[in-house]
Amino acid sequence: MNNSQSPLEQEVAALIVQALNLEITPQEIDPAAPLYHEGLGLDSIDMLELSLAISKTYGFQLKSDAPDNASIFSSLQSLTRHIGKSRVK
Amino acid sequence: MSAIALLSHRRGEQVVAWRNTGPVSLDTFLHEVEQVAERLPQHSFVFNLCTDRYHFLVTFCAALLRGQTSLLPPNHAEPALAQLQAAYPDAYAVTDQPMRTAGLKIFPFPALLNTEGHYREIPAIAADQIAAIAFTSGSTGQPMAHPKTWGALVMEAALAASRLEIGPGCHFLGTVPPQHMYGLVFTLMLPLRHGGAIHAGQPLFPADIRLALEALPAPRVLVTTPLHLRICLEQQIELPPLALMLSAAAPLSSELAQRAETAFNTPLMEIYGCTETGAIATRRTASEADWSPLSGITLSSDDGGPSWVKGGHIQTPTALQDVIEITTDESRFRLAGRSADMLKIAGKRASLGDLNRQLNRIPGVRDGVFFAPDEAPGKAVRLSALVVAPELSEQEIIAALRHAIDPAFLPRPLYKVDELPRSATGKLPREHLRLLIAGLQEARS
Repeated sequence: MNNSQSPLEQEVAALIVQALNLEITPQEIDPAAPLYHEGLGLDSIDMLELSLAISKTYGFQLKSDAPDNASIFSSLQSLTRHIGKSRVK
Repeated sequence: MSAIALLSHRRGEQVVAWRNTGPVSLDTFLHEVEQVAERLPQHSFVFNLCTDRYHFLVTFCAALLRGQTSLLPPNHAEPALAQLQAAYPDAYAVTDQPMRTAGLKIFPFPALLNTEGHYREIPAIAADQIAAIAFTSGSTGQPMAHPKTWGALVMEAALAASRLEIGPGCHFLGTVPPQHMYGLVFTLMLPLRHGGAIHAGQPLFPADIRLALEALPAPRVLVTTPLHLRICLEQQIELPPLALMLSAAAPLSSELAQRAETAFNTPLMEIYGCTETGAIATRRTASEADWSPLSGITLSSDDGGPSWVKGGHIQTPTALQDVIEITTDESRFRLAGRSADMLKIAGKRASLGDLNRQLNRIPGVRDGVFFAPDEAPGKAVRLSALVVAPELSEQEIIAALRHAIDPAFLPRPLYKVDELPRSATGKLPREHLRLLIAGLQEARS
């Protein structure tokens, strides 16, 4: 259990759980844990679905900065930071 | 047995691949393959886990030169790798990313210092050498091996090139991994054996796909899936002119195919095949319902029994998981539905029966069943599960399943219930499950 999510992290966590039908509550996503594989166990199909939800909610299109999206999706923290920087709505 | 050239390129300056740093010539490519081949450790089997498609290509070719067989694991999650490592204790892994995999012997893809040089001759590989082994999940939960000889891979690429009218000089971009039969044949073997060039990336998001295509000269071939196409259409991305789009790994609807052909102004060919056989047939889904088998491939369907496919690059007659109907002139066929038990998610197949067995094997699970929603083409279909397990939490059940089944089949969502809606005879009618899940879904949202 982790209670140290920032307000935007809470919002993004809720978006992830809702867009992907995850078996957890948004508060349970550790802001520093990896979203891919071992962490939340998400795969590239989830990332694509999530990218669509993010573009609808925040008005920008995700681009990866590495072949396996290692950096943006390395954690809720880094994804939220990226959304904070790139959002247009 | 005869030997077949590693690739069809002949001029030293001919482009074999495109990397972030620019084009890679035949001279440079062969020089790198030779250097990596010299350094690979002496083993019989290799997990090629490179995420950069160029690194994968160089490793794959270096392994061929050394007579080593590439293992294509169904996914790179730890349980799948551990299972295969147990079956192939000799195997080591080549990686180009830091990996935390317990028990795997890791050989990091080497940084190459010397990339200058002229090639002397094109290496040739024995046609009967086992180039790769692909895996499906067997009914016991143990992976089933499907060996592919170099000759069969070469022939599959040749049949596909002839059907798709792919000539030399095409530039291939794949959104699918090369560690999978579709990706291996259509993003590597096809360009390698037919004078094409291979983009080193594997873009995921529409904006990445556009950028990668823009980096390539025409003619461009996009090797992708219905899911990537749908997201590109929904985000209204503009792509540079394409010569051809290919789709496989999940069913493509004619509606999605038509939208993609119109938006990207390019023919879209769908490939039908499976891990056991590789590519079997193609169709232009926007305008055709029937599949045309690749040259030399024939299908037969017995009433009631499985359908069989043979010929072409398919070395032994193989039973299909799909029910087919052959057209009256016997030249084409139509898919009449999947064997009810078989699922296909993210290019992977599993049987519902096997998944249910794995679920019910978990200590603490008293009863449980997976449920596959009706297929929505282009949508990533996920399974649901209903589980009776009073002492376990949802997360504990998911954690146990993660060790038993491919992550693509993990239930989203999983509902804990007091009992399953079994009929008097103990059966679970699909309609009962559908209603119960619809109710639970509504309650949750």
